[in-house]
Order: sequence, then C-alpha cells, then structure tokens
Amino acid sequence: MDSSRRKFLKIAGISAVAGIGAPSALNMLMKKEVQASSDGGGHGAQPDAHGAPAGHGAAPTGKRYGMVIDAVKFHDNPGLAEKCIEACHTYFNVPDFGNKKDEIKWLWQVPFTNAFPTDESHYKKDDRTHGMQFLVTCNHCDNPPCVRACPTKATFKNADGIIMMDFHRCIGCRFCMAACPYGSRSFNWRDPRGSKDGVPFIKKINPEFPTRMRGVVEKCSFCDLRVKKGLQPLCVEATGDTKAMVFGDLNDPNSEISQVLKARFTIQRKPSLGTMPSVFYII
Amino acid sequence: MLEKSLKGNLGYWAWVLFLLGIIGVGVICYIVQYNYGLGATGMSRDVTWGIYISQFTFLVGVAAGGLMLVLPYYLHHYKDFGRITILGEFMAIAAVAMCMLFIMADLGQPMRALNVIFHPTPNSMLFYDMIVLSGYLFLNVVCGWVVLHSEYQGIKYPKWVKPFIYISIPWAVSIHTVTAFLYCGLPGRHFWLTAILAPRFLASAFAAGPCLLMVIALIMKRTTKFDIGRVAQDKLVTIIGYAALLNFFFLGCEIFVAYYSTIPGHMHTLDYLYFGLTDHATGQVYNNLVPFMLASVVMGFAGIGLIFVSRALKSDQLLALSCILIFVSFWIDKGLGLVLGGFVPNGLEQITEYYPTFVELGITAGIWATGFFIITVLYKIAISVKLENEKTA
Repeated sequence: MDSSRRKFLKIAGISAVAGIGAPSALNMLMKKEVQASSDGGGHGAQPDAHGAPAGHGAAPTGKRYGMVIDAVKFHDNPGLAEKCIEACHTYFNVPDFGNKKDEIKWLWQVPFTNAFPTDESHYKKDDRTHGMQFLVTCNHCDNPPCVRACPTKATFKNADGIIMMDFHRCIGCRFCMAACPYGSRSFNWRDPRGSKDGVPFIKKINPEFPTRMRGVVEKCSFCDLRVKKGLQPLCVEATGDTKAMVFGDLNDPNSEISQVLKARFTIQRKPSLGTMPSVFYII
Repeated sequence: MLEKSLKGNLGYWAWVLFLLGIIGVGVICYIVQYNYGLGATGMSRDVTWGIYISQFTFLVGVAAGGLMLVLPYYLHHYKDFGRITILGEFMAIAAVAMCMLFIMADLGQPMRALNVIFHPTPNSMLFYDMIVLSGYLFLNVVCGWVVLHSEYQGIKYPKWVKPFIYISIPWAVSIHTVTAFLYCGLPGRHFWLTAILAPRFLASAFAAGPCLLMVIALIMKRTTKFDIGRVAQDKLVTIIGYAALLNFFFLGCEIFVAYYSTIPGHMHTLDYLYFGLTDHATGQVYNNLVPFMLASVVMGFAGIGLIFVSRALKSDQLLALSCILIFVSFWIDKGLGLVLGGFVPNGLEQITEYYPTFVELGITAGIWATGFFIITVLYKIAISVKLENEKTA
C-alpha cells in the first residue's frame, strides 16, 4: 500500500512537472488508486465507495455478489473446507495466535446449531445435518448492520454489494462487531506482525496483501480485487470442480449462482433479522 | 474562583494525593495497554466490549442523573434545591469526562478518534453520542461555572445563561437515550433489543446519580460546614426511591416478556446473568456474573426499603447506607451485567466468559479517580463560594 502510494506520488509529480497531460494522468492514476486501495486496505481517498449511501437498497450498478455453499458436498469431501480456509488465511495474512481470545478468522467451520441457531428443530434431528460442519464467513448483507453502526465509514458497501473494510480509517471502536449478528468480524487485539517464542503469528507473509496493524477490525472481503479482475474468490477456487461453492452476481438472472438458487432449496443465516445475507447454504 | 481549590486542610490534600496516586497507576496501566494493544484486556473476539464500555454506559447515567437536581429548581422554582443544583451540574461534568476517557481507553486506534468528526456518519449512533455527550459537557460547564461565578461576585447570574439551563434539561435525557440506542438498535442481540432499554437507562440514572450526590453531600456535611438541608435531603429520597422502583419495574417487564414468551433468544442472556447458562454441547454451566446480579437485586431492594426508613428515622447514616446500596446495585446492573451480558451467547450461540485483567482494572480505577478528582476540585470551589457568601450575608 505504502509503496504504491509512493509510486503514485512520484508519477503524479513527474507528470505535473512535465506538464503534459497532467490532469488526465492524475485522473487515471486516481482511479487506479481507488481500485487498489479498496482491496489493499485503502487510505481514505475513496469518494465513490465511501460516499455511497450506507446500508440500504440494492447496489447502484445492479451487481450484487453472492455465494452458495453446498454443505453436503463439503461433507462428502473431507478436508475440502480446510483447503478453502487455508487458501483464504494464507493469502490474506490472517495471523494465528494459538489462543481463542486473540483469534482472528475470516472463514471457518461450525456445526449446524451454531450456524443456524434459531432454526434448529427441537425433535428428531437427522443425523447427517447434525453431524455436518458449515463454512461461515461474512455474509456481505444487502442491509448490513455493521455499516450502519460504523462511526467513520471505515466499513462500507461497495458498488458491487461487497462489504469492505478500510483498515486505515478504522478507529477500533468495535461497534461493527457488536452489530454483526453472525460473529463474522475479528479484531486485532495485538500486533499480528509480531511473534511468540520465535514463531511469527503470520507464518509466511504474502506481499500481495497488506498485513494489519493492531487495533483495527478485519473480515472476509469476498476477494474483491480478484472479483474485479474476473477471477473467483480464493475459497471458491480451492473447491476446484466439486462445485461445493458457487460465486457470482445474484442480480444477473443468467449467472451460475442464480441458476443454482433457482434450482435448489437454500437457506440463509438468520434471515428474520432483515439483513439480507448474500451467502446461501444447500443442506 | 479556581484558587478556592488550592486552600484546604490536611484531609483534603491527603484525599487529593490519594486520587493522584491512583491516576498515576491508571496512566502506567494505559501505557502498558497502548504498547501491547487491547489484548492486554480480558476482551475477546466474542466479548468485544468489556468493563470500559460498561463503565461508560453507567456513567452516562450518573451524568444524566444530575437532571433530577437541576430540573426541580429551574423548572419548578423548588427553592430548597438551590444549594444542590450546582453540585448536580458539577457531578455531570465529572461523569461526562469519565465517559470520554473510558471511550478513549476502549479504542483500538485512539490516535484516530477524530475520524468520527473528519468522516461524520449520521447513520451511526456513536456519531450522535459524540454530539450529545460533548454538548452536555459544554452546557454543564457553562451553566455551572457562570451561575457559581455570579454567586462568587455576589450578583444574580446573567440572563443569557437561562436558555442554556433550559436546553440542558432535555439534553440530559438525550444523552442516556442515545446511549441506549447504541445497544437497542442492533439486530441479533436479543438482550439489548428492547424498546424499554432507554427508559430503563433513565430510571436507573435518575436513582444512581442523586444517590452518588447524596453520599457526597453527607460526607461534606460531616467534614465541612456545608449542609444541603433536611428538606432537600427528604425530597431527594422521594426521587431516588421512585426512580429505583421504576428501574425494577422495567426489569420485571423484561423478565416477564422473556420467560412468558419462552423465546430462547430472549431468555439466554437473562439465564446467563441470573441463573447460569448451560452449554448444551458440553454440559458446562456458565455463571460468572450470577453472584453479582443476584447481589444487585438484593442490594437494590434493600436500599429502596431502607431509604424510606432512613427518612422516617431522620438517620443520615442509614440514608448514606441505602444510597450506597442502590448505587452499587445499579452499578452492577449497568456497569457489568448490561454490556457484558449482551455478548453471551454470541451470534453463533457460543458462550465465552469475560474476566477483566489487572491492566484493565488499573485503567478503570485511574479513570474513576480522575472523575473523583474533578468532583473534589469542583465541589471544593462550589462549597467554598457558598459558605463564604452565607458568612457575608
């Protein structure tokens, strides 16, 4: 992030000195900067993203990304969910502190009762559903309570419906964590770049994504930069051709995800709260 | 007028030094927390707000409670409160100062606190909380100081403060209402998601605030010549008593709704707070707050009973005891149970208990000491001015 900003300033400076096409060059670079920063943590100069009305209504461009998680396929492919989590956490430099108190997680597994706490039938549980694990992550709600609660717009809804975090603006008040009904958010209680007994919390730092500082909140970003490039999120990619996860535009009736949602019965987590989650489950 | 705080007997200075000592401990603890991060506290991924935010919530109530001393005098011309309105205003100043310090102590990135102003976000309740709290601080500083300074000069306070005094009355209600809205507007936190959260907050505030003031007033009656007077004392007993009863009435309403409807989400946190919550997966019972919450109920009812008895018996000792009981009862209810309970169980119905660390307790003590330091200095000034005036009058 820092080096790209430096580069940006350098190029902007040179073109200004040269005086040839400086305004348009700046304009172009600014656009690029906005894109980079929304994935790389951002630094605040994001008029479109931050200026968008928070929390309500459909995404302005008409795009709304969503995901279908086929829990049965995950159940039938042991180790697949772990592969997804690994792909996510290694790429995004998610630290492992080795204790529950400081824990940070973007994608993880829980039993049915925890993923869908109010929806469990009291009697006659079928053994398969009960024994299954469900991948949970940020739901990228269409009506996100976290965005409503954030006092600085450090968490905001992108034009494509993805709920983003600006690590550089977050003041660490954790209001969003209280507001999220799904427990999808994590806080950096201590420096994630540190180490304990010589073992770093981030095993191998991936230079493509910034590590965070302590005192800020983080969560799944639906791999927004990959999505912008037309790629699939890392977890979806990790499922290979199992089709255990399908990602795409919910607003496009011809997208694969829309077809799956039309054909299959799916459930969302806590739909009664009106948050309109974008993650669906086949059970 | 400030020079009044620099003249005092040995007891005064010993008290001030004691407070400064605790503030020092708090500062050291904060340095530890600042360097390590909020991991130095007992908060976790599941219980993301701890004793700082719960103290903040309780103290907003103490600040708002000042209203009960200001309103009768300015709105109903209740002359017997003439000596204590200033105490109510100064108590509010100290309480709001503590609130702000607790918020700062709780921020993961305190250096960015001003982002709330640089990037104003009207859909966030914290934005309004910032406005109402700083506004209330301003109003009380202006009203309290100007009125007292006029008294110091032996003149009636200038007319221009009147509007500020009148504004401060609904403003006091707003600070605790907005603070309740921080919690009761969050989907999925059933314990907080109740329309009577703001009324509950106000009821406990109108009892706890005057209780604290009464205890301080009784201490001053013993250690100085300052006496708020029997009539004011008796009136305060009525206010505290009714507000405290209302608080328990509201609590009873919550309990009825939860246990008559038997909706699990509504019962979970109350189970956790008052009886202990069982994790069905492991069979383990979580109940670390139960002794506190039960003590809160017992102390609250005992306090309400005793406060009326103390008035009948004209006993200052009993009055002080009952005020302490009610204050501590509501401190537990608000300063522990309300905020911590809201996180149990978490959004995935998992249970994590919270225990504050020593660093956290040190910072908390330091901020409380700062509040008492402000109260001490301001009250010292206020009663010096009042006593001097009465001597010359």
